[in-house]
Amino acid sequence: MMATNVEFFNYKVVRQFAVMAVIWGIVGLLVGVIVALQLMWPVFNFDLPWLTYGRLRPLHTNAIIFAFGGCALFATSYYIVQRTCQTKLFAPALATFTFWGWNLVIVLAAVSLPLGWTTGKEYAELEWPIDLLIAVVWVAYAIVFFGTLAIRRTKHIYVANWFYGAFIIAIAILHIFNSFEVPATLTKSYSLYAGVQDAMVQWWYGHNAVGFFLTAAFLGMMYYFVPKQARRPIYSYRLSVVHFWALIFTYMWAGPHHLHYTALPDWAQSLGMLFSVILLAPSWGGMINGIMTLSGAWYKLRTDPILKFMVVALSFYGMSTFEGPMMSVKTINALSHYTDWTVGHTHSGALGWVGFITIGSLYYLIPRLFGQTKMWSTSLINTHFWIATIGIVLYVAALWVAGIMQGLMWRAVNDDGTLTYTFVESVKYSFPFYAIRLVGGGMYFVGMLLMFYNVIKTIGAGKPVEAEVPATTPAHA
Amino acid sequence: MMSDFTSGFWSTYIVVFTVLAVIFCFLLLTIMGGGDKKSPDETTHVWDGDLTERNNPLPNWWRGLFVGLLVFTIGYLIYYPGLGSFPGIGNWSSVGQFEEEMKDLDAQTKPLYDRYLMMSVQQVAADSEAIGMAERLFLNNCAQCHGSDAKGSVGFPNLRSGAWSWGGTPEAIRESIAEGRTGLMTPLDGILSESATTQVIAYVRSFSGLEHDAAAAAAGQPLFVENCSACHGEYGRGVPEVGGPDLTDNVWVFGSSERAIRESVVNGRNMDLTEGTQAMPAHKELLSQGKVHLLTAYVWGLTNR
Repeated sequence: MMATNVEFFNYKVVRQFAVMAVIWGIVGLLVGVIVALQLMWPVFNFDLPWLTYGRLRPLHTNAIIFAFGGCALFATSYYIVQRTCQTKLFAPALATFTFWGWNLVIVLAAVSLPLGWTTGKEYAELEWPIDLLIAVVWVAYAIVFFGTLAIRRTKHIYVANWFYGAFIIAIAILHIFNSFEVPATLTKSYSLYAGVQDAMVQWWYGHNAVGFFLTAAFLGMMYYFVPKQARRPIYSYRLSVVHFWALIFTYMWAGPHHLHYTALPDWAQSLGMLFSVILLAPSWGGMINGIMTLSGAWYKLRTDPILKFMVVALSFYGMSTFEGPMMSVKTINALSHYTDWTVGHTHSGALGWVGFITIGSLYYLIPRLFGQTKMWSTSLINTHFWIATIGIVLYVAALWVAGIMQGLMWRAVNDDGTLTYTFVESVKYSFPFYAIRLVGGGMYFVGMLLMFYNVIKTIGAGKPVEAEVPATTPAHA
Repeated sequence: MMSDFTSGFWSTYIVVFTVLAVIFCFLLLTIMGGGDKKSPDETTHVWDGDLTERNNPLPNWWRGLFVGLLVFTIGYLIYYPGLGSFPGIGNWSSVGQFEEEMKDLDAQTKPLYDRYLMMSVQQVAADSEAIGMAERLFLNNCAQCHGSDAKGSVGFPNLRSGAWSWGGTPEAIRESIAEGRTGLMTPLDGILSESATTQVIAYVRSFSGLEHDAAAAAAGQPLFVENCSACHGEYGRGVPEVGGPDLTDNVWVFGSSERAIRESVVNGRNMDLTEGTQAMPAHKELLSQGKVHLLTAYVWGLTNR
């Protein structure tokens, strides 16, 4: 009787998303390198409208956030929710649909953005037919994820799943409300909101895309793969409860800090700023819980490059969640806003936190999906780690300097009341920093190519496996 | 100042939610974050074979940080706007801050501008200190269209050419800057046949000795007088009163090629702000009288030293 009841985890969809995460990561980074090159030498748009900066830049951000980040989140959430709930996926056919649906969205983005079809809303550029497809895929995702939680065989819901759950619900709400638009043609629509209300809805969406897509969900990833890789218990259950609720609650208020000193009313600007400042505490709660989970296992950092990726990810998370609240303070924002400091801040979060926690997690995950115990080459992971780390440091430091310089140049005033510098002078002086940024971004891209090679070798050495769902033992019930 | 709220209800709504939000954070920290501090032992749950949790107390410095940020929030909301329509005891507003800073700057620079306003355009143009200041104004306010070197680009007049569609006297230049200039070159598509268009273009190119077909130009002459002279003058020397450019001076705002002129004739040139880019915007609301005076002198001085 027991023998006939053996179940297997649904690993196929996890494998598909995990491999596509690596591939889309390479595509997204390549487009990033191209736009960095264009900022130095615009001639690299080859006078083709489809390759101009204004069209490739949203392609870069969408490819990194939704293609690379999105596929990594689908892969890890499907893996984690099954394993920590000790059950197969609920509605596996829907899970398969999310894979093809999500990748269709990505392909449509890769076609429509270079063609110039855009709503003009940052991180929500895709036009209305694609928005509808996203909504359908997302609902299917929610059904699979929460259905799996509902049929779990464990009593308690593991902390990683709280974060993934919050992410799935929040993104559904954000996407739907920010995408209310009136179609004019198949490829053009107009926002239902007008003026400053449109701006406020957009940045309520925009900053929570950061808060839930790029933060909460990746914290879910962190809460599974860090303790797994370090083989240590989570530092504090209590801390995870407090910082989880505080984080998802305060993020929802933070959007107005993108609209300081605009037509947005002062009271809304103040509230946006204050809850962004408060966010420092819940964010650091997550960092503390991650880093302290390593206590008793610090020596492993010497030999385990995967753990290095994870610890550096947490460090960048801590750094950029200090920097973000600081930049949302009005007086500092008055200097930093519209400069490359913002771009540097975004990339310390994206390359350092999101990129590194994903890379570390995928290095843990991929061999296990192909019947291996570890990646084909550990030393190649180590090389990847160092190239990418130096790349980030170059990238972020260059844009810190460039951004602060730009902010100071724009506000410099002569005694006679005239501006000391013209805008184009600040562009001219940024040139060397753009060069350093290109080198840093290029190094990160090269690191990703090393990962791709390592992944191919690992897949080649193994074969797809399906792991058995362990039987529920009375001791754990 | 216009109220941000359509009714008192919304202001109250904001206040209630904000206060509850801060209280919620405090309660989270004290209730959920409390408990027996001496039991950092592992909780009894196990997931996926080996995933377990300890239950260490919240680090005190972190708890202090969180409380500190909440206290800062309360203080800020008392001093600055935030709680609905309550303006804060500091009476600060972003518009107020802007106006105050501008007032200070204006007060600081007023004597300087007053001095230059007493001088004529010609005198200002000869004053190197004034022209240095005017150049910085030009680079930040005019160079976007007319270029850092004031030589313009396609569609944007070259201010060093000596050709003035709207007149080059100090008065005309001042009016161009302060009031802006909008104009319309009427499209002649459907009025002139294709061959007639070719003839007019040949005639226009003949004015400044550009390569042209002499027979076509001769045939274009009466067509030009009939269709173009109202704005460009009978001999193509322009009519500054309506902004009709001189076509004989070999200075071309939109280019002199056969193709560029054809575009101008067939489709016209709309220099109207509703079309966006190619009108000269009015600056009297953007720049003070003193700044317009300095810029007038700078632009006039480019060709009148």
